[in-house]
Amino acid sequence: MTLETPRTHYLNVDYGVRSWLLTVDHKRIALLYLVSITLMFILGGLFAVLIRLELLTPYGDLVQADTYNKLFTMHGVIMVFFFLIPSIPAVLGNFLVPMMIGARDLAFPRLNLASWYLYNVGALFTLGAMVTGGVDTGWTFYTPYSTAGSGTNVIPTALGIFVLGFSSILTALNFIVSIHTMRAPGLTWFRLPLFIWAQYATSLITILGTPVLAVTIGLLALERVFRLGIFDPALGGDPILFQHLFWFYSHPAVYIMILPSMGVISEVITCFARKRIYGYGFVAASSLLIAVFGFLVWGHHMFTSGQSAYASLVFSFLSMAVAIPSAVKVFNWTATLYRGSIAWDAPMLYALGFIGLFTIGGLTGLFLAALGLDVHVHDTYFVVAHFHYIMVGGALMGYLGGIHFWWPKITGRMYPEWLAKPAGLIVFLGFNLTFFPQFVVGYLGMPRRYHVYPDEFQVLNVLSTAGASILGLGYLLPLCYLLWSLRYGATASANPWGATGLEWQTPSPPPTENFPETPVVTEDAYAYEHAPAPLPEPGRG
Amino acid sequence: MSRFGLLPVQASTVAAQVDALFFFLIGVSVVFSFLIAGLIVYFMLRYRRRQADERPAAIANSLRLEVAWTAVPFVLVMGIFLWGASVFATLRRAPADAMQVNVVGKQWMWKLQHMEGRREINELHVPVGRPVRLVMTSEDVIHSFFVPAFRIKQDTVPGRYTTAWFEATAPGTYHLFCAEYCGTLHSGMIGRVVVMEPAAFQDWLSGGDGQAWPVAEAGAALFERQGCVSCHVAGDEGRGPWLAGVAGTRVVIEGGRSVLADDAYLRESIMNPRARIVRGYEPIMPAYQGLLTEEQVMELIAYIKSLGEAPTS
Repeated sequence: MTLETPRTHYLNVDYGVRSWLLTVDHKRIALLYLVSITLMFILGGLFAVLIRLELLTPYGDLVQADTYNKLFTMHGVIMVFFFLIPSIPAVLGNFLVPMMIGARDLAFPRLNLASWYLYNVGALFTLGAMVTGGVDTGWTFYTPYSTAGSGTNVIPTALGIFVLGFSSILTALNFIVSIHTMRAPGLTWFRLPLFIWAQYATSLITILGTPVLAVTIGLLALERVFRLGIFDPALGGDPILFQHLFWFYSHPAVYIMILPSMGVISEVITCFARKRIYGYGFVAASSLLIAVFGFLVWGHHMFTSGQSAYASLVFSFLSMAVAIPSAVKVFNWTATLYRGSIAWDAPMLYALGFIGLFTIGGLTGLFLAALGLDVHVHDTYFVVAHFHYIMVGGALMGYLGGIHFWWPKITGRMYPEWLAKPAGLIVFLGFNLTFFPQFVVGYLGMPRRYHVYPDEFQVLNVLSTAGASILGLGYLLPLCYLLWSLRYGATASANPWGATGLEWQTPSPPPTENFPETPVVTEDAYAYEHAPAPLPEPGRG
Repeated sequence: MSRFGLLPVQASTVAAQVDALFFFLIGVSVVFSFLIAGLIVYFMLRYRRRQADERPAAIANSLRLEVAWTAVPFVLVMGIFLWGASVFATLRRAPADAMQVNVVGKQWMWKLQHMEGRREINELHVPVGRPVRLVMTSEDVIHSFFVPAFRIKQDTVPGRYTTAWFEATAPGTYHLFCAEYCGTLHSGMIGRVVVMEPAAFQDWLSGGDGQAWPVAEAGAALFERQGCVSCHVAGDEGRGPWLAGVAGTRVVIEGGRSVLADDAYLRESIMNPRARIVRGYEPIMPAYQGLLTEEQVMELIAYIKSLGEAPTS
């Protein structure tokens, strides 16, 4: 590497708290989000630690029943709403969407900053609710327990989620407008990186679905505060209506979590196999199909609720169908590896781990979509295991892979590869040890949200808790070495991985305006046949 | 209760059907995940990057391959859908000769009653080899009646009746769990199902504390005590319709529509009679919402059903 005089980039262009808190630079806002969601992840993780410790024995010996119920509720609320949903869009999406389309910023930079503030206002409400006593309804807020049964802080928590929803909507709006109007010359729709397609599909779901969540929370508040009969049969309401409304948002929300991760995987796999993506059009179209069909399957959460058997039949059929676009993605990613030049860097290990775990998560989704079988496994640990394979094995692995992949671009530093590889392996092994036993204990019949449980389930719970401690270590390692690398990591070049994509054609870290001059795109994404060779960076091991 | 094992015991007629589908899906999962994982590991090793400047040639996309790996999984999942639906159809359709047990969930206990009158809390005694139909509701929040050994689960929802059925195949004691989170002692809302030989069950059914008053008879007494009888009299003279033979038929309501007089409609007509009133009658019946317990409503319905075709005096 040739040494240059210190260059002005987005990180050193200005210093001071004010320059961060009032920034309208999408890259700085991405970092603000990174700090916020990392803090929330740590908090949600601490709740998970307490849950797993309590379940080490079949008795309620660590915390009392009410405390336990609050722990799993707050774990769910934080991880779903304040970590998984914003994670990739708000951090990687904010940073990368303008760069990948060759723009200087998002279409509405001030709205972008406003969305970060809304996120924090929402988080403060929810955290305030936790500090002042917590909430115990489960993250699903089922009525009439949430409106008439629970004596905990339902309203402040729900209000936090309500406010947070606007943050998601603003980010999604920003992405959609930017992708439509701000693409660089020559960057046609079918030359877009698949990460952009994934963000686009995710943003559509967010804009269409989140208002329904807001309305649902509003109705819940009306009933809880003013005793207006909407969901509570004692007031003339219908409790099943709440489930329909809740899952109409919250099932598509699963795709809000997983689609961006799929976008990351497409970028990482192509780069580290040095191959064009196999079946570009199919991978892009499957994101849109998932976005559309994802809205039509919510009733599969309600097969035992008492909903009409005919409705259940339709929802089962559509849920089976929605598995297909996901399978198509997995096949295309695997085919991309064929005759590639495969490097085993940490982002690639995360991406390949994602494919394996997401495959298991997706296949076990078929168990739950199959009507007669779901009756037995519904609301057991089988479901808990399944959605953790999707959300943690899938969404979180993709997020971590993406953070490693773009870390040199974001920070201008390399992370230590020799630590990152074993850390990724620890995460993979710890994850499987934590959640695989839960499939077994779930089929045996252990219901979810149980504070105490029959003795015969203990062995599997001990395995799960042991796995969780390994997994916890696996998450602590990146937290430490990524922070370490900010100061001591090797300096990153503009394109250490030899990747295609506009974001790699500008220095690391990029200047505030992203590109010295507007790039012109002349070819498809992933033209790795004539991409620059990856650099043997120091620290890449 | 079962000892530690990797699979739950099968103690109902549908358990084996559910497990068969489960094993098939495990087979599908193993094949696909090993296929994907195997290919990934093979490609990782076979095509491992050896020189930094390798530039593998692009591979042309094959439409045939894309169609194949879309169509084959689609056919497979449609097969799984049909299989799951057929097991579900079995689970939803109780045999006509099933014996009924009423179930009321409340925070945090299960209250059960046999039609012969015997009541139980957190325990359900049933005979082996005889279909049992559960008619369930909840007093407060949503609960879910879950017996893993029978592979059945059904939410109990306040304000409505839900049903489930099973036929136990082996005497023994099995877990009964509440599967829908219902507040503080959710994990304490557990009990057991005791499956007995038919003769032993008959002995048990006629035992108890001596208060075993059949549900329909209790309903008849309640019908009198609550004054229902003063309006719902035999013939056309009453201010309310006579109820013999109504259950299970279609009745015409104000506005000309007809509704099926099932348990749900009978319940609604007691708790909130003005919702769907029978044509030709004044909306004068008071609402019993809050005045009757769920058990009492179930007793009244059992009585109405016991009235049969001809008016009795």
